[in-house]
Amino acid sequence: MSAPTTPAPAGAAYDAAAVRAEFPLLSGGAQLPDGAPLVYLDSAATSQRPRAVLDAERSFLETTNSAVHRGAHSLAAEATELFEGARETVAAFVGAGPEQLVWTSGATAGLNLVAYSLGNAAAGRAVPGHEDAVRQWAPGPGDEIVVTEAEHHANLVPWQELAARTGARLRAVPVHDDGVLDLDAAAAIIGERTRVVAFSHVSNVLGVVNPVERLVAMTREATGGRALTVLDACQSAPHLALDLPALGVDVAVFSGHKVLGPNGIGCLYGRTEVLEALPPFLLGGSMVTTVTLEATEFLPPPQRFEAGTQPVSQAVALAAAVDFLRGVEERFGAGAVAEHERRLEQRLRHGLREVPGVRLLGDTDASERVALQAFDVEGVHAHDVGQLLDARGVAVRVGHHCAQPLHRRFGVTASVRASAALYTTEDDVDVFLDALSGVRAYFGVGR
Amino acid sequence: MAAARGLDALYQEIVLDHAKRRVGFTSLADHPEQPAASERSATSHQRNPVCGDEITLRAVVADGPEGPVLRDVAWEGAGCSISQSSASMLSELVRGVPLEQTDRLVAGFREAMRSRGALALDEEEYGDAAALSGVSKFTARVKCAMLAWVALEDAVRRA
Repeated sequence: MSAPTTPAPAGAAYDAAAVRAEFPLLSGGAQLPDGAPLVYLDSAATSQRPRAVLDAERSFLETTNSAVHRGAHSLAAEATELFEGARETVAAFVGAGPEQLVWTSGATAGLNLVAYSLGNAAAGRAVPGHEDAVRQWAPGPGDEIVVTEAEHHANLVPWQELAARTGARLRAVPVHDDGVLDLDAAAAIIGERTRVVAFSHVSNVLGVVNPVERLVAMTREATGGRALTVLDACQSAPHLALDLPALGVDVAVFSGHKVLGPNGIGCLYGRTEVLEALPPFLLGGSMVTTVTLEATEFLPPPQRFEAGTQPVSQAVALAAAVDFLRGVEERFGAGAVAEHERRLEQRLRHGLREVPGVRLLGDTDASERVALQAFDVEGVHAHDVGQLLDARGVAVRVGHHCAQPLHRRFGVTASVRASAALYTTEDDVDVFLDALSGVRAYFGVGR
Repeated sequence: MAAARGLDALYQEIVLDHAKRRVGFTSLADHPEQPAASERSATSHQRNPVCGDEITLRAVVADGPEGPVLRDVAWEGAGCSISQSSASMLSELVRGVPLEQTDRLVAGFREAMRSRGALALDEEEYGDAAALSGVSKFTARVKCAMLAWVALEDAVRRA
């Protein structure tokens, strides 16, 4: 099998093996029982971390660790400076300003923050001076919250619960058989009663890049700008150059551990007017100005949404991950990583098409995709496929990938998913495809 | 394809064979929920939250001269070869067995599955299901093997 030939970008040719060498786990760290090299195709679940990220966190803990935004000692001041510097770095990574970026423990926490904030607004809570703004997004009886059929449970269940608490109705935009969102249906569903439209930039199962700007424009038109748009950017942040303000969404979330960073940290981006108007969700220390026994005044965003002790070393390490990604871009030229991942996507998807008995979930040439592919092997359960691949040193994800409604829509309970990152090589994809081609024979299917 | 790293200990031929034969597999809609007057039955639905696999298992208990006996086991569901095979082997093993013995069998099976390869199931006692001993080394698959056994335990308790 040969990869499609694409003109090399200006500058040095992309060298995935050299990039991979920066990741200790991928270059000998993970010991497989028989010494086979690890083929890691589960980056959509969690990405591996380069040495620079591991070093940044350790170095912070060894030299600067202390409580941020409190205390008068110089160590605390230094830690605060690094913590806020990390915010600037990570905000710039998605085209935003530091005041537009809230640290959360992950994307799930970010989505729950927004859902609970709107629930609080529905219960009459508002930030003084922003009552009108927040009232238009707060769902009530007869209002509608719109998601898509392809959402990760993290971008579905919080909205189900918000609907149940407020008497609103949850509606889902369907996807076509090829994994592309049904925009005609979206246009019919999003309307005057819509208060929230929550959707993923890239589905963690389908890999298809959704037309964010069109959905935002559609929502603005249908609701007169009164609905809140919420973007789950977990699967796009690691692969696409993001400019969240340019995409026009009101809020967006992503997780650190999927962009080469640590666990336990994620980001919530919000347009300035939106963050200013949203009432807080988690309450406590570090997010208040004046507290009496009767009432509390809250800090402006982002601190208003950062109650309690923050994941400081993780923030510093996430900034190091962003710096690492930028460094790779600088080394190989702008677009080199994207070009490499495009080649991987083609090799993966086209290779899978050739394996007998394999049915792809989300197979389209009509939309941009990321190098992530879920599939079903006829006659062999996903768990069994994963087990055989594991025996060849290939790590993939099996199961419903936290998207049960989407799997039900495709008539399966579980699927296998292979996903790549900038350190994935074409050899990785080939070893995977070769191992997969023997699976049905092993189980005596399709002979 | 070369089955590296002890995979054959997991997918023994008898395991793959049971996954295809599926002893006890039936459409429960056609299976009488109200058994004979001297019998009682209960149904348990179990789900593996990791993969969404599920099983619905019905146990029919009859009172024998020496105490209650598990007269029949029937199940339906979808899952991987390990879960399907395990349900099949279990059905074959426990039909006609006194209830006190099924409790012991389930407890022993659970202990072996949780032993990370330290305990092997006795073939005399467990029949074909002894071939599932190898699963305990594959900790991610223990839940698959346990699914039917947990369903039986639950159904018998409520029958």
